[in-house]
Amino acid sequence: MTSLTTALELLNEPFMRRALIAAVITGLAAPAVGTFLVQRRLALMGDGIGHVAVTGVALGLLTGTSPTWTAVVVAVLGAVLIEVIRERGEASGDVALALLFYGGLAGGILISGLGGQSMATLGQYLFGSITSISEGDVIVTLVLAAIVIVLCVGLSPQLFAVAQDAEFARVAGLRVRFYNVMIAVLAAVSVAVAMRTVGLLLVSALLVVPVATAQQLTRSFRATIAAAMALGCLASLGGLLLATFAPAGTTLAPGATIVLVALGGFVVAWPIGVWARHRARLQEPFAAGAAVGHEPTGEHPHEHGPGCGHLAVPHDDHLDYVHDGHRHAPHDTHYDEH
Amino acid sequence: MLRHIDLAIGHGEFVALMGANGSGKSTLVRALLGLRPLATGEVDLFGTPLRQFRAWHRIGFVPQRASAAAGVPASVWELVASGRLTRRRLLRPLSRADRAAISDALDVVGLSHRRTDAVSQLSGGQQQRALIARALAGEPELFFLDEPTAGVDLPNQQALADALSALKDRGATVVLVAHELGPLARLVDRAVVLRDGRIVHDGPPLRDHEVHEPWMAEPHSHHHHPESEVSVVRDHTPGVRAPLDPSEGPR
Repeated sequence: MTSLTTALELLNEPFMRRALIAAVITGLAAPAVGTFLVQRRLALMGDGIGHVAVTGVALGLLTGTSPTWTAVVVAVLGAVLIEVIRERGEASGDVALALLFYGGLAGGILISGLGGQSMATLGQYLFGSITSISEGDVIVTLVLAAIVIVLCVGLSPQLFAVAQDAEFARVAGLRVRFYNVMIAVLAAVSVAVAMRTVGLLLVSALLVVPVATAQQLTRSFRATIAAAMALGCLASLGGLLLATFAPAGTTLAPGATIVLVALGGFVVAWPIGVWARHRARLQEPFAAGAAVGHEPTGEHPHEHGPGCGHLAVPHDDHLDYVHDGHRHAPHDTHYDEH
Repeated sequence: MLRHIDLAIGHGEFVALMGANGSGKSTLVRALLGLRPLATGEVDLFGTPLRQFRAWHRIGFVPQRASAAAGVPASVWELVASGRLTRRRLLRPLSRADRAAISDALDVVGLSHRRTDAVSQLSGGQQQRALIARALAGEPELFFLDEPTAGVDLPNQQALADALSALKDRGATVVLVAHELGPLARLVDRAVVLRDGRIVHDGPPLRDHEVHEPWMAEPHSHHHHPESEVSVVRDHTPGVRAPLDPSEGPR
């Protein structure tokens, strides 16, 4: 009873309340953008933006302005630059991206050294420090995350069409470049938002892992983005609470715990997804009108029926039973291969 | 690379752009739609120069099938619904007319029963039909189809031909890129054959093997019998039949 009371007291602490708010909104916003990044096969873009944002944080620490804002500005500039390089589609594009990523990371470390900041200060942003988030930062995070969620959900028909098939979208009269840059900017903003929760080096995980988990089980885009947002929220809340209530003597870093909880979700969902896809393949209907020759099965001691343990698939006017990868259809006293 | 192309397509025509691989037929369609820049010359759509053209809702584009699946699952309905964006305003929910157009488009290509399935679960021919339904959902007047029959089995080609003939009956103008026409041959009013980026034939439809005659494209093994009467080969494969809605039906 006492432990429950102390737990509730801990959750009621102002720093903990701020951390919980930050975790929930970050968990919702990051996968919303991440879904469009994964759809465009740019899953690692968040990682690149995170690297570039390190320079932004260092500039903020050096000049004494809020690192969150300088990170937003530098990350947005970096994201637009990445999008421009990607759109030009030159053969050296990925090398140019690598130069940008590592330039951003090294520049950030160098600048923060120049400013006389200790590595521990920069480390708060590299690995997250959700429990030390200030009230001003929570408000900034809330506003930015709200913008990200509203735009991602509100413009999802347009963003979906552009990410699904850019050429079709252009012929449909959509301004493809505008929407592509918008996704890049929203990704940069969500990186800055998630910076305090999981840290710049792990930020991409929160953008991508919930989406990868969700799409194991979904068949539509809307279900994927909704499930990814729910899973992101669950993972960041769960990770934060797990880190907070770790047994005495062990210290769990909240950022890393959140990412590992999200990965744990994927590890659970993946085999279920493999099984569901296998089942869907077995139930794939035959092409209508395809002629089936008469081919009785060999010895068949087992009798198929409702609840016999074999998957029943409707086939024209009868049921087939999936048996060791074959389909058996009852015929008089024996079974036919269908 | 295209040269000396001078082509006017009239309202209600069903035109097949034909030619060997690399003859420039896909490039021509992409240039007509502004997806490829023009070095010289100009393109008018509905009498408007391409640069000033804004009435994209009048055009339906069916690209090659490779683009049907992306990194995140999308349902057939969602794919088709994205074709309706040409007529939707920003930040507005789908209207009753939007929903009706989407389900009508699914009916025409015979995929209504697969609407909740992921696009990646469809066969190649069904994906191609889903892409046609996406173009249909915007209720355009002019269709561009890039190789709709490539890699599609015969029953699905038949279903595709049925869907296109429903379009033709509704008065749509169709520009189709094809290597071989197959069951689509009976629909074609006019064939334009390209070779090395130039038009070498513009007129009545040709049989598939005529397109591949040496004077038109690379040598082909089939023999051409000029004395035989030109007839359209019809396929009677029962195959997958798309439920067609009558042209006088509600739209």
